[in-house]
Amino acid sequence: MLPLDLLFEGVLFGILLGAFYAAVSMGLSVSFGLLDVPHVAHPAIMVFGSYCTFVLARMGLDPIVAGVLLMAPFFLLGMLVYRFYYEAFERRGAEAGVRGIAFFFGLALIIEVGLILAFGVDQRLVEAAYIGQSLRFGDIRIPMRTLAVFGVAVVLTVLLSLYLAKTFTGRAIKAVAQDEPALRLMGADPVRIKQWAFGIATAVSALAGAMLIIIGPVEPAMDRLYIGRTFAVVVLGGLGSMTGTIAAGLILGISESIVLIHPALGASWAPAVSFALLLLVLAIRPQGLFGR
Amino acid sequence: MSALLQVKGVSKHFGGFAALSDVSIDIAEGERFGLIGPNGSGKTTLINCVSGALRNEAGQIIYQGKEVTRLPAYRRTRLGIARSFQIPRPFSSMSVLENLMVPLQYVVHRKETEARDEALAILKTTALADKAGTPSNRLSQVELRKLELARAMAARPRLLISDEAMAGLSGSEVDEVLKILFDLNASGITIIMIEHIMHAVMRFSQRVVCLDAGRIICEGAPAAIVANADVQRAYLGA
Amino acid sequence: MKFWASLVVVLALVVAAAFTVKNEFVFYAGYTVLLYVVLATAWNILGGYAGYVNFGTPAFFGLGAYTGAVLYKAFALPLGLQIAAAALMSGLLGLFAGALTLRLRGIFFAIATIALVVIMETAFINWRYAGGATGLQLLRPPPTAPFESYIKMLFVVMAAMALGAVALARYIQDSWIGRGLRAIRDSEEAAECSGVPTLRLKVFACTVSGALMGAAGAPMPMYLQYIEPSSTFNLNYAVGALASPMIGGTGHWLGPVIGALLLSSLQQYVTVTISNEMNVLVVGVLLVVFVVAAPEGILGLAKKVGARWKR
Repeated sequence: MLPLDLLFEGVLFGILLGAFYAAVSMGLSVSFGLLDVPHVAHPAIMVFGSYCTFVLARMGLDPIVAGVLLMAPFFLLGMLVYRFYYEAFERRGAEAGVRGIAFFFGLALIIEVGLILAFGVDQRLVEAAYIGQSLRFGDIRIPMRTLAVFGVAVVLTVLLSLYLAKTFTGRAIKAVAQDEPALRLMGADPVRIKQWAFGIATAVSALAGAMLIIIGPVEPAMDRLYIGRTFAVVVLGGLGSMTGTIAAGLILGISESIVLIHPALGASWAPAVSFALLLLVLAIRPQGLFGR
Repeated sequence: MSALLQVKGVSKHFGGFAALSDVSIDIAEGERFGLIGPNGSGKTTLINCVSGALRNEAGQIIYQGKEVTRLPAYRRTRLGIARSFQIPRPFSSMSVLENLMVPLQYVVHRKETEARDEALAILKTTALADKAGTPSNRLSQVELRKLELARAMAARPRLLISDEAMAGLSGSEVDEVLKILFDLNASGITIIMIEHIMHAVMRFSQRVVCLDAGRIICEGAPAAIVANADVQRAYLGA
Repeated sequence: MKFWASLVVVLALVVAAAFTVKNEFVFYAGYTVLLYVVLATAWNILGGYAGYVNFGTPAFFGLGAYTGAVLYKAFALPLGLQIAAAALMSGLLGLFAGALTLRLRGIFFAIATIALVVIMETAFINWRYAGGATGLQLLRPPPTAPFESYIKMLFVVMAAMALGAVALARYIQDSWIGRGLRAIRDSEEAAECSGVPTLRLKVFACTVSGALMGAAGAPMPMYLQYIEPSSTFNLNYAVGALASPMIGGTGHWLGPVIGALLLSSLQQYVTVTISNEMNVLVVGVLLVVFVVAAPEGILGLAKKVGARWKR
């Protein structure tokens, strides 16, 4: 099939890409996987984060630093969005669920167009010391920005997983996903916990947005490309499982990477990989790898 | 009396949690059967497996001598198994009358005008006739419960499963619902009643089974069940 | 009877306009508005009546458009047959994709439909006979008599399709099928236990919806004289098809019609006077406002106002 060295390169870049996909999907893993919010606007918020990073970078900040700084305001934004969603939809019962999808779709559109109006349709990128250079490992050339993003992705993923597993609020978040009535009985307010969780998910998206614009140029409509990828990762990994998100991210990254470098396929087939994977998972095993 | 429904060795898991473990029950035709057990013991799960809302991993559901384990729920309803829901699920965009039109058209295959007449007749037996035109999202709790039963009745079942139809109702309301169930049984319908209200179960059932943690812990006449030490332990958790 | 009489009157007016109005721009814009009436009406059969919100419109519409284009390129097939073939292809897509994905819960189905759109787009990007990523140029044949202008002919064809779609939606809505779909929307579990074959009905709705969208797509290559994947499978079609019924009202066939007429006209106006991006923003804002504040749509608001008036 593929010559071994090409396969190796595909897998290597796949792992780097996969870690990025996992980090980018982490926010959705919390908001949709744990909180059951039909958050189709998640990639749009991430792209918004990319543009905010762009603005800060233009003022001289390093993009990764910008991304970290953005986490605080995005956290607040997330809490606000969830509060609004809860009051308008979740509170009013199950029928509202369907309208919740439409709401987030509308929100994604508004963000997308807002970005076009503010920045135009052209692609934007950032510059930093590690962007533009490559490291050499034998025959293989890895762009430094890919490594930088990989590093951030790993740190982010590890920190978030630890937070959810070890801290009190983190475990409360997992608890509210599994057994809301029990949590209520223990005196905790599920709505405030969910609000907090959504805030964290949005904050993570801010950093994900920074990573996105480091890896390559962004444009306002990019969220459409990432809806498939992030939902594929979250569904394949299994709703509510951080380990699953990481595993699924890697699987998606490697699959896309191999399709990209395959002589018979290439870039014109790559966007379909995530979506085909998503459909496959939904058809065969909808609860994913580690789902609840 | 022959067995209308046979539940044989049914097990159901949710992830690592065993909701039902090897449950076997025979229900005779025309019987009034009570199913009790503390919260979380698996009563509704068992009902869901019988009605087809859930698929059991192990065991068989046999109805009128034929295995229905693999059949989708709507087919079982058409064969004669009807159920009401613990938390009422009316078709909220429809009036009370229209709610009954759904099973009348899809199970019994009535034409539009015949269905309306028949729906009205059923509503009369459940004292809901004056609410026929009311949107079903404007009913009181007891009216919703009666609508659940009326809608199940409209499917012309041979086996009716009533899932906690009386929870939260007042004394006289409980009697109202109980009377409806007695009348249905008198007309030949086999009834499985899931209830927490003990005096209702006692008055209604000819035979009672108690579930706890997904297993049957006791089976027999109502008086014997209530006096049984295991049953008391299950409820009180001593 | 009143309904059919109204349809005939509307069709007569449309044909009369085609032979009297001189300004061709009216027909270009009118075609787009009518297209969205069909798409919105079709969407509403699955999305509104059954409650399965989805973003799959571009997949069915696009498949219909490409079916028309490819058949025209290969066999110079006349428009009528293109439309029939497109309806068949997209209907089949609705049947198979529906059978596979309609077992899934609402949000998963919605995401699966986005997947469907991208997969279809990717398939056509990689099909060289259909033009691949660069697309196909097509030359219009002369318009069929008695029409002298091709665009006016397309306008009348689309109007006829809109009327047909509305008649079909109305028939489904008032039939026992419509009641079954409403039962599914209100409580799918209770519907199944009331004897409604929920999966079959949903797949039926998806098939009919898909077929209508495909039919609406077939004249598009003739309209533009050009077809290429990214604009054909654009998610903006999903926006219009979804927003129009949610704004107009999802429970009745009149809702998508009102929604599409208002929204599409508003969009045309905004595009011409302000900008193309602004019109998407307007749709997004209106969608959010209505979904949050007026879930029953314009029809629901009208009902409330009417009820208050009677008192």
